[in-house]
Amino acid sequence: MKIGILDYGAGNLKNVCRAIEHLEHSYCLVSDPESIEVVDKLIVPGVGAFKVAMEQIEKLGVVESLRSFAEKDKPVLGICLGMQLLFESSSEFGETKGLGLLEGNVELIPSEGENGLKHKVPHIGWNELVVGELQSPLVKDLRIEDAVYFVHSYRANNYKTENLVAHCDYDGLIIPAIVQKNRVFGCQFHPEKSGPIGLNILNSFLRM
Amino acid sequence: MKNVRLIPRLDVKGPNLIKGVHLEGLRVIGDPQEHAVKYYLDGADEIIYMDVVASLYGRNNLTNIVEHTANNVFIPITVGGGVRSVEDARKLLRSGADKVAINTAAIERPELLSEIADVFGTQCVVLSVEAKYKEDGTWEAYTDNGREKSGRNVLEWVELAAKHGAGEILLTSIDHEGTSKGFELNLVKAVSEIINVPIIASGGMGKVEDAIQVIDSGADAVAMADILHYKKMTMKEIHDEVRNAGLHVRRI
Repeated sequence: MKIGILDYGAGNLKNVCRAIEHLEHSYCLVSDPESIEVVDKLIVPGVGAFKVAMEQIEKLGVVESLRSFAEKDKPVLGICLGMQLLFESSSEFGETKGLGLLEGNVELIPSEGENGLKHKVPHIGWNELVVGELQSPLVKDLRIEDAVYFVHSYRANNYKTENLVAHCDYDGLIIPAIVQKNRVFGCQFHPEKSGPIGLNILNSFLRM
Repeated sequence: MKNVRLIPRLDVKGPNLIKGVHLEGLRVIGDPQEHAVKYYLDGADEIIYMDVVASLYGRNNLTNIVEHTANNVFIPITVGGGVRSVEDARKLLRSGADKVAINTAAIERPELLSEIADVFGTQCVVLSVEAKYKEDGTWEAYTDNGREKSGRNVLEWVELAAKHGAGEILLTSIDHEGTSKGFELNLVKAVSEIINVPIIASGGMGKVEDAIQVIDSGADAVAMADILHYKKMTMKEIHDEVRNAGLHVRRI
């Protein structure tokens, strides 16, 4: 099983690599259509701005390769911004098209929760995952109250509810935390920065 | 309910973890990495590394320490000291930092915050503020690890910095730093009333009650140093007590 990590200059690339090494899996960095073709599983890391990331990915000429990778039902895991890139578009710094592997778009988190509480944006901190009914290999070992680390200003919106595996509650506001459609997975939080619980979730993907 | 983060702050000079009072009079504590790993295993929510002499030399020397730490510490790491450009930020983020904290260079040129935010996102940009109380009832921002006056009023400065893309404020009270006498609650309160970005209160944590008070005053996270470095309490003890007091910290 060959694991590839998309290298497009994402800020957390090395930290994702470190976590995978710590979990004793081997991996390679991929950044062109040929190398993507030969891996069995792909991780799309990401920290930062949607628009800059998408431009980098376009510059590598791998947008179509990523889409056909997912179409072949090979597992893909997007992390944080990497998850947001899987959606159709984002409004961060102007409307930008995403990879479109998942239905929905990415929008700024409102500065008020649904219960009227003022929130801070970015949403930074440890939040408990609330797992829904969808069975997913990523959450099989999760215990109630397990918390993971989020840091983001944007969230997925207009997604299909059947693609939502887990969310977190931010003052009454739903933040999609884990999404899945077929074998396309996304984590809004950082499994590589969420201590042993996060490493477990990452390991579930690696061992799938 | 608000999530509270408990964050060990490790001030580093050369290869050593150090600790001072009012950001001065530095004392060597030990190896920064060993301490960081211990705090991680004990349940710290994040780690802050601050190169306290970086501004003096115009560069951050923590790249190696951060790189090694990140191999064993799987929680967010904020690194500050001597970050003067997008390239400096990139180097630290590449070496394993998740956020960069900026003080001196941002005071000289606030646009630096937005330049870094444009490339890496606002969540990577922590504005480090070193505040000192003035007799007229205001606070002045200091630079170069509490050595130089900037002439900027803290409240005006954080408001401006938030507009320039600061995603978080590390708010250090120079007067309370290293004293273990509790946080400067009025300062935290004043800042939290005018901006909507998360605040990490720093300087003065001597007991668990101090953390609870500063959260009540509007802080989102609590930085702590002496209490851990001098082994007055472990990270886990603090975590448990804060949780028992009814604050929302993660279960570890």
